[in-house]
Amino acid sequence: MTAKKDAQKPGWKDVPEGGLILESGNATEYKTGGWRTHRPELDKDQCINCHRCWVYCPDSAIVSEDEEVTGFDHDYCKGCGICAHECPVDAISMIKEEPSTEE
Amino acid sequence: MSNKVALTGHEILANAMRQINPDVVAAYPITPQTELVQLFSQFVADGKVDTDFVTVESEHSAMSATVGASAGGARAMTATAANGLGLMWEVVYIAASTRLPIVMPVVNRALSGPINIHCDHSDSMGARDSGWIQLYAEDAQEAYDNALQAIRIGEHEDVRLPVMVNMDGFIISHAVENAELLADKDVKEFIGDYNPDHSLLDPENQITVGPVDLQDFYFEHKRQQIDAMENAKDVIADVAQEYKEMTGRGVEYFEEYKLDDAEIGILALGSTAGTAKVAVDQLREQGVKAGLLKLRVFRPFPSEELVEALKHLDVLAVMDRAETFSTTGGPVFADVRSAFYDAKSDVEVVNYVYGLGGRDTRVEDVVSVYEDLQEITASGKVDNRVNYLGVRE
Repeated sequence: MTAKKDAQKPGWKDVPEGGLILESGNATEYKTGGWRTHRPELDKDQCINCHRCWVYCPDSAIVSEDEEVTGFDHDYCKGCGICAHECPVDAISMIKEEPSTEE
Repeated sequence: MSNKVALTGHEILANAMRQINPDVVAAYPITPQTELVQLFSQFVADGKVDTDFVTVESEHSAMSATVGASAGGARAMTATAANGLGLMWEVVYIAASTRLPIVMPVVNRALSGPINIHCDHSDSMGARDSGWIQLYAEDAQEAYDNALQAIRIGEHEDVRLPVMVNMDGFIISHAVENAELLADKDVKEFIGDYNPDHSLLDPENQITVGPVDLQDFYFEHKRQQIDAMENAKDVIADVAQEYKEMTGRGVEYFEEYKLDDAEIGILALGSTAGTAKVAVDQLREQGVKAGLLKLRVFRPFPSEELVEALKHLDVLAVMDRAETFSTTGGPVFADVRSAFYDAKSDVEVVNYVYGLGGRDTRVEDVVSVYEDLQEITASGKVDNRVNYLGVRE
């Protein structure tokens, strides 16, 4: 029996042969934030905009606008906590994801 | 226009490769394949082909480079045997699942151990589930014919699968035979140009080859490979028909030798089929209704066609030049018996494992199998379902 979730995906006649990916640059469509168990939270009052978090983030999930760190791109943040660890002024803290916030 | 020659199996097959003129050949030498690639490399050195010849440091790299070239849109070939095929193992699967129509002669040899350089089918039979089409030849002429047809079969848009062109090591590869080679231009015309749907080297249509394929889609891609194998059956038959019109030679899935009115029969593949033909002729002279089915195509397995050709027999012996260690017989036996089960046939099917590690299989050995079959017919009793022909007790 096919799970409901799988039934919405294309069948074997519709996927490209040989596992080829026929379109370049489509990795952005693959949202990886769902893996996260902890999410970063920014205290803007403490942030000195040094952008060290932006440099260290392995997945460019730190959002910077007009040279100011404004938050996180939760579609891609995997909750690794490197930003919080590297922040020199402890402006970022990691909080547990609750099921209700996943939406 | 064809040219009659007396050459070794390797020389004949190297000439097939010369006439195919692949864009890329990457290969590593391994007995008994060495001479084949050596002869082909001479054609490269002499400028007889346009091929980029890639000398690599192992068979794993040989298959990897061939896969890379094929993914780049090239007509790519390699060749191997035994332990070389073993070392290619993981990339052999990748070639099939990436749907790359690579053609690879396999000069069949025992896959160790203990180490042995002589013929059996444990190498290619070990790779029977890798998703490659497998053709087997009785002699050098058929190996040549199979190699040319393999290009057409593998590259067909409904197939796009790699093809192993098997020939028995030393027995076929190193012995001199008469054969007819087609004219170069006829081969060129027959195989045509290779037009892949996608190429890794096409900057206008960028693709990714060989991405990770997990629970979401892996099963669907395997299902596609099965579909391609199903399609391959028709394509193999069509290409064989076309080749036969051109050359007068060839069969679709198997050759039936004096099988029409036969009561007892043997199913064999590779060079032993030739030995069995002599045995059949001898027995026919004595009035024994013996027949032979020589299997050419093992993957895809022509199940229904086989049963149709063999269902009138009383007893059938399946000859396996490889073991499965299932303790229930060889790989070909398992498939043949399964096919008969579906047909609800009452043909007794027995198995003979023979010729392992190059053990010579002579006409009298095959005759002894037919004698066993006569006994089964007479007594209606099968003492041994699986037999080991030519092993010392």
